[in-house]
Amino acid sequence: MDIATLTIGAIQEGLRKKTFSAAELTAETLRRAEQENTRTNAYLTFSGKRAQEAARTVDEKLARGEDAGPLAGVPVGIKDVIITKDLLTTCGSRLLADYIPPYDATAIERLEKAGGVVVGKCNCDEFAMGSSNENSAFGPVKHPQFPDRVPGGSSGGPAAAVAQGTAVVSLGSDTGGSIRQPASFCGVVGVTPTYGRVSRYGLVAFASSLDHIGPFARNVHDAALLLQVIAGRDSRDATSAFAPVPDYTASLTRDVRGLKIGLPKEYFQGGASETDAQIEKGVALLRKQGCEVVDISLPHTEYAIACYYIICTAEASSNLARYDGVRYTSRSRNATTLSEMYRMTRGEGFGAECKRRIMLGTYVLSAGYYDAYYLKAQKVRALIAGDFQKAFQTVDAIVTPVSPFPAFKLGEKVDDPLAMYLSDIYTITGSLAGIPCMSVPCGRTSEGLPVGMQILTRHFNEPGMFQLAAAFERAGGFAI
Amino acid sequence: MKITATEVRYVADLAHLELTEAEVERMAHDLDDILTHIEKLNELDTANVAPMAQVLYEAEDTATLRADQEGATLANAVALKNAPQAGAGYFKVPKVIER
Repeated sequence: MDIATLTIGAIQEGLRKKTFSAAELTAETLRRAEQENTRTNAYLTFSGKRAQEAARTVDEKLARGEDAGPLAGVPVGIKDVIITKDLLTTCGSRLLADYIPPYDATAIERLEKAGGVVVGKCNCDEFAMGSSNENSAFGPVKHPQFPDRVPGGSSGGPAAAVAQGTAVVSLGSDTGGSIRQPASFCGVVGVTPTYGRVSRYGLVAFASSLDHIGPFARNVHDAALLLQVIAGRDSRDATSAFAPVPDYTASLTRDVRGLKIGLPKEYFQGGASETDAQIEKGVALLRKQGCEVVDISLPHTEYAIACYYIICTAEASSNLARYDGVRYTSRSRNATTLSEMYRMTRGEGFGAECKRRIMLGTYVLSAGYYDAYYLKAQKVRALIAGDFQKAFQTVDAIVTPVSPFPAFKLGEKVDDPLAMYLSDIYTITGSLAGIPCMSVPCGRTSEGLPVGMQILTRHFNEPGMFQLAAAFERAGGFAI
Repeated sequence: MKITATEVRYVADLAHLELTEAEVERMAHDLDDILTHIEKLNELDTANVAPMAQVLYEAEDTATLRADQEGATLANAVALKNAPQAGAGYFKVPKVIER
């Protein structure tokens, strides 16, 4: 078996035909993942024992002729901001270097119940803050094919694990593009579902009005199947949606003829962008499949970065207040008073990017500034969401590049936080609106760097999004 | 300059965040860049726009209240397991009041 090319469907078939057992598949995945990890640093922790136990359960069920679940035996990587019971969960932070959670996130419970095998916890930017995975306290993740480049962030580990074949699918989190951007950089499928579609119980909070959990996979079907398993109302997350979860895989074979696709002019740079050229090829392919393509405008796009970095930092400064040296984290050895315990624990524990966001968030929420910053940003957010609402009155989906450029070099943007923030321009808008969006591979640049095409659609229209993505994949769009 | 080193120190104090002198200087520079970019929002007239605090979508009415039933909670020892210092069933912190 070659894990790097295995799909969920191929695993189910292999198990049924007894080509391999879940235990064998798990052992081979762990062996390969540990070997590859010296190169990419995609995993922070391996969960060998838990994985082998889960695999044994699957094999036993199959031996008894029982249904072992839609993810039976599937090796899954988990971003290290998603809580796993009795399994180290660091959030890429020194502060949580020894944190062993006492419970499982709902998404983990659901995927294990469906037969999924958690093989390890994947590296990420500290508390999911970053666009390159260079903010991890445990070293950056390297791009699986271009070791001098970043895999994207903040879910760099989960994207790299799927791209290099050390997990068949993985779970990431997305606040402003942290699933779609690394998916595009690594050439895999990454899905940010509708806000509230997947329970965030057990997702370590960064910016609560923006955080999502979503899947990475090597094809649209596997992404849809994993979302199917983890989506749906959870009483432990008050923001999780009540809307019924439709059959996502049923939408994959539906005809796309007559679907109306909007191309927002604000998302294309004009001139000699190789990324734009690839997306234009992709759009031409969709047109060939019978989609109608029209130009549209999302006029408030240029305000998205400013709006996002007020809202996400304000929320982050509140959420990260809990790391105080009392309950979960290590405590500064140098502190003697209560006040020192807070200040020194946080000063020694947080990395530069977290400090920057805590500072910006505290500043914009501080006395006298609320109206000028946070309230203003919430109003601009309404305008950005309104742009999409208006667009979806005339189009079924919107297609754009995921990122203005492909994977950049390690260290290239690390000293210029604003430049790093500006690289999220095309993904942040969808996050602010809370609509479903995804990245699908759309060929490569002349250097061989993967390009991702973003598909955005209206709230809860994941079926329509998968329908379009699957048609694109079938037509050969991934390798265009 | 949108933000001075003195303001950085004030905000760091609000956030209970110890910064070194070098960090203060760097922070002032970085925040200045970002706040300058953020000024862009003032180009927009938002006087008649309602703020969006949460993602809103069309949905049917739902019963968000659950029955008032006791559920499982973490046992005391389990909740204390990750604490850097604990004792007698409590989280321990440095002495707050001298007596």
